[in-house]
Amino acid sequence: MTQTAQIRSETGAGGHGIGASVLRKEDLRFITGAGRYTDDIDLPGQAYAVFLRSPFARARIERIDTDDARAMPGVIAVLTGRDMADDGLGDLPCGWLVKQKDGRDMVAAPHPPLAHTQVNYVGEPYGVVIAATLYDARQAAEAVEVDFTELDPVVDPAHARHSEDIHAGVLGNLAYDWELGDRAATEAALATAAHVTRIELVNNRLIPNAMEPRAAVGAYDPGTGEHTLYTTSQNPHLERLVLSAFVGVAPEHRLRVIAPDVGGGFGSKIFVYPEETAVIWAARKVGRPVKWTAERSESFLADAHGRDHVTHAELGVDADGRFVALKVETTANLGAYLSLFGSSVPTYLYGTLLAGQYRTPNIHVEVHGVYTNTAPVDAYRGAGRPEATYVVERIVETAARELGIDPAELRRRNMIRPDEFPYQTPVALQYDTGNYQASLERALELIDYAGFPARRAAAAARGLRRGIGFSCYIEACGLAPSKLAISLGAGVGLYESGEIRVNPTGSVTVFTGTHSHGQGHETTFAQIVADRFGIGLDDVEVVHGDTGRVEFGLGTYGSRSLSVGGSAISVAADKVIAKGKLIAAHMLETVPGTIEFADGRFGQPGSNQSLSFGEVAFAAYVPANYPDGLEPGLSEKAFYDPANFTFPAGTHIAEVEVDPETGVVEVVAFVAVDDFGRVINPMIVHGQVQGGLAQGIGQALLERCVYDEFGQLRTGSMMDYCLPRADDLPDFTIDTTVTPCTHNPLGAKGCGEAGAIGSPAAIMNAVTDAIGTNDLAMPATPEKVWRALAR
Amino acid sequence: MKVSFTVNGTPRALDVPANTLLVDLLRQHLDLTGTHVGCDTSQCGACTVHLDGRAVKSCTVLAGQLEGAVVTTIEGIGTPARLHPMQEAFRACHALQCGFCTPGMIMAAIELVEYGAIDGSDPAAVRRRVREGLEGNLCRCTGYQNIVDAVMQAAGKMR
Ligand code: FES
Ligand code: FES
Repeated sequence: MTQTAQIRSETGAGGHGIGASVLRKEDLRFITGAGRYTDDIDLPGQAYAVFLRSPFARARIERIDTDDARAMPGVIAVLTGRDMADDGLGDLPCGWLVKQKDGRDMVAAPHPPLAHTQVNYVGEPYGVVIAATLYDARQAAEAVEVDFTELDPVVDPAHARHSEDIHAGVLGNLAYDWELGDRAATEAALATAAHVTRIELVNNRLIPNAMEPRAAVGAYDPGTGEHTLYTTSQNPHLERLVLSAFVGVAPEHRLRVIAPDVGGGFGSKIFVYPEETAVIWAARKVGRPVKWTAERSESFLADAHGRDHVTHAELGVDADGRFVALKVETTANLGAYLSLFGSSVPTYLYGTLLAGQYRTPNIHVEVHGVYTNTAPVDAYRGAGRPEATYVVERIVETAARELGIDPAELRRRNMIRPDEFPYQTPVALQYDTGNYQASLERALELIDYAGFPARRAAAAARGLRRGIGFSCYIEACGLAPSKLAISLGAGVGLYESGEIRVNPTGSVTVFTGTHSHGQGHETTFAQIVADRFGIGLDDVEVVHGDTGRVEFGLGTYGSRSLSVGGSAISVAADKVIAKGKLIAAHMLETVPGTIEFADGRFGQPGSNQSLSFGEVAFAAYVPANYPDGLEPGLSEKAFYDPANFTFPAGTHIAEVEVDPETGVVEVVAFVAVDDFGRVINPMIVHGQVQGGLAQGIGQALLERCVYDEFGQLRTGSMMDYCLPRADDLPDFTIDTTVTPCTHNPLGAKGCGEAGAIGSPAAIMNAVTDAIGTNDLAMPATPEKVWRALAR
Repeated sequence: MKVSFTVNGTPRALDVPANTLLVDLLRQHLDLTGTHVGCDTSQCGACTVHLDGRAVKSCTVLAGQLEGAVVTTIEGIGTPARLHPMQEAFRACHALQCGFCTPGMIMAAIELVEYGAIDGSDPAAVRRRVREGLEGNLCRCTGYQNIVDAVMQAAGKMR
C-alpha cells in the first residue's frame, strides 16, 4: 500500500494485528521527554571520565607523566593503557575471521582498548581521567604530559600496501586478500563478451552520527561482585560476552549490561568500544560509579566509520544485452584496527551480493582489506550491501548508456525471473524468493516513467538539467544459519532468542534478545503476540536491552530483528499455545488432540464450550484442575536459527534537477518500491524506508569524511560534515510489493537498511544522467557537479 | 551566581556558576532530562527549549542570561493524558523513531506554528517552509517527511 492509503490506529479501527499500522507504544515516553537514555542515568557517588586521546595519526608513546594531573582538584585517578594491560585486560577482538584467498587467516593486529605503546589514529584513547566532576576531569586531562614520537601516517587506502607497516607483522598493511567466485571463468567470459563496460568507483567514507552520542555508566558492587554497565549498545549480550570472554573485564555472570533507550545506532553501536570497557574497569578500580558521555567531536573521531571502498569493475554483455560476467576488485579501508565486525563487511556482506537481481553467470570479486591510520571502519546501515549495490547498479546503468539500451529494459532483460527461485548465484547465496519485475514495474508506474521526457524538456526550458536514475537492489538480511556463518569465520551464532511469559492474570511479558533503538519493537513484537493470543496490545509488554532480564540475544543489526527475533517470538508463542491446549483439554474434559485455539479461545470445533486465554493462564498458575504430569506455569522460550538469509529487494528511482550555473542538485522525486516480505506494521516499515533513504541520499549528495595527508580529521564536527537536514530532502513516494520469505514463520525479510542500500546508486545515476558525464564521485556536491559540467 | 527564573510554570532559584549552560542546568540541576545534548557546536537542535516563548538552543544560553526568564521544556507542554497537539501529531504521524531528537524537534515545531511559518494556501510551499523552518534540528532516523506531516497536522489543531 502506498503511504496515503494507510489507516493508522491506536488499537481500535483497523485492528492491531499483523498488517495494521498501529501507533507505537513507546512513543508516549519519547514525546513527553520521559525517555531514559544512558546519559539520563546518574548513579549515587558517580565520578566522571574524560579520555586522553591521540592528537596524532601515528606516534609512539614514549612517556606519560600523570603526576600533575593526579594532584589537581577532584581527581580520583589517571589511568593509562599500561595500567589496563597490567591489570590483565585483553585486546578488543574482531569477531569474524576472514580466510584469505591463499587459505591463510587474515592478519588481525592487536587492538588494546587503551593504547600503551603506539597510537594509530587521531582520537585513539590511551588513558582516562576519573574525577569528581566533569569539569575537574577535563581540567586534569589537560595537565597530563605525554611524549610522543611522530611516525609517518598511512592515510590513503589506495597507497596503504606500499607504505610503511603500521603494525609489526602486518606486511604491506594488508589484513587480507579475499576472493569469491570463479576468476578464470569470469575472465574468459569477459574476453569474449560483445561489450565490456568498465568503471572506477569510490564509495565515500561516512560517519554514522546517531543523534545520541555514545555513553556509558559503570558501577561495581564489592558486596556481590556484580558489575553493572549502562551503555549505548545495539546488542548488550554480545557486549557482555566480548567484555567477559575476550577482554576479561569481569566474569559473564557477574556483569550486567543494560542498554536502555538508545538514540539511534545505524551500526555504530554494535561494536564493543574502548570507552565502555574502560568505564566498567575503572568503576571497580576506583570504587565508585563512573560515567562517560561522548561529546559530538569524540563521536566523529572515535565512532567506527563506514564504507570507504575504491573499486574497479568490469561488466561483460553479450550481443543481446545479456550480462555474461562481472569482475570486481576493491580496496577496502579497515582503519587502524579491525573493529568487531569490520572484517566481514567488505567480504561476506559485500562480495556475496554482487549478483544483484541479475542472472550474471560468472562473477569474481577480490577484496584487499587494508589498515590505515584512521578510525576503525565497520558496519554502517547496510554494511557492505550499499557498496555492492553501488557497484552493480552504477555499472549496469553505465552499460545501458554505452549500449544505447533503455536502463529499465536492460535490467528487465537480465533479472532473475519469478519462476527461477530458489536461485543459486555464482557468489555463494541462494535467493529463496522474489519478484524483481513486480517492484520495477510498480516503481516505473509511480514515477511516471513515460512522462519523463516531457518533464526533462520542461526543466530544460527553465534552464535546468533533469535526470533519472535507477537502482534495483538486493540485500541479504538476518545472517544465517549459524552453522554456515561460523564455518565462514563468524565468532558467534546468529540465531535469536524470544521468551514469552504469560502472567497468571493473562497479561504477557515478552523478552527479546534484539534491541530497539528506534525500530519500534515494543509495538511490532507486541502486535505479533497480541495477534497470536487474541489479547489486547496493552496486555503485552516487550522487554529488551538488559542482560539481567533477557536470557540471551545477539542484538539488532543487519535488518534481523523481525525476521530472526520476531520468528523466535513466534515459535515461543506456538509453544505457549501447545501447552495451553493440554491444559484446556483437561479442563474441558476432552482429549488433547481435539482442542483448537482461535480468536483467543481454546475449544473443540463444533462445541460451544471454550476457555479464554486468560482462564487457561490462570489455571496454569493455580493448578487446581490441571493435567497430571504437566508442569505448572505458562512460560516458553525459543532460540530461532534461520535456515537461510532473507533477501529483501526492490527498485528505487530518483529524479533530480541540476542547476548548471551553480551545480546544485535538487532531488525532485524519489520512488522506492520494496519487497520486505510480509509486513507487520506498514507505518513503521515506511518510517524505516524514509530514514534509510535520507542516509543514502546523504551519502550521495552531502556526506563525506575527510582525513588530510597527516591523518587529521578535517570533517570533525557537524559544521564540517554535512548531515541531511529537513530542507535537503524531498517527500518520498513509498510502496511495497510482497513475496513472503519462504523459510521463517512470519514470512518477513527485514526493512531497516533497504533505503540506505538502494538510494545512493539511484541518485548518482540520476545526477550523471542529468549532467551527461559519468565522471563524478559521491558526494555530488555543487562544486563537484559544477566542475564535472565544466570538463 | 544566584538566578531566579520560571521553568514549566514553577519558579526556581538556583546558585550556579554564571557560565552554566541552560541545558546543563535543566538536565543536571533540575533533573529535566527530556532536553537532550546531541552536539558540541550548536548544530543539532536536540536541546531546543522555549525561552520567553521563542525556541532557543539551550546549549547556547548561559545561566547568567536567565534572570526573570520563562523557560518551557518538553516536560512542560503536555502530559501523557493531556498531550500538546504537536506531541499528539508526532505520534499520529510516526514522526519519531529513536526519540532522541524528538523533544527539541517538537519545541522547534511548536514555535514554527505559533509564529505563523505554516500559514499559506499552497500546501507544497507550506511544506517547503516547514522544512526550512526545521533546518536547525537534525534527525538521523526519520528522513523528516513524517515530521513535516506532523507539523502540518498539528498546525490545524493549534489554531
Ligand atoms: S546540543 Fe544544542 S544544538 Fe546540539
Ligand atoms: S528520531 Fe532518532 S534522531 Fe530523530
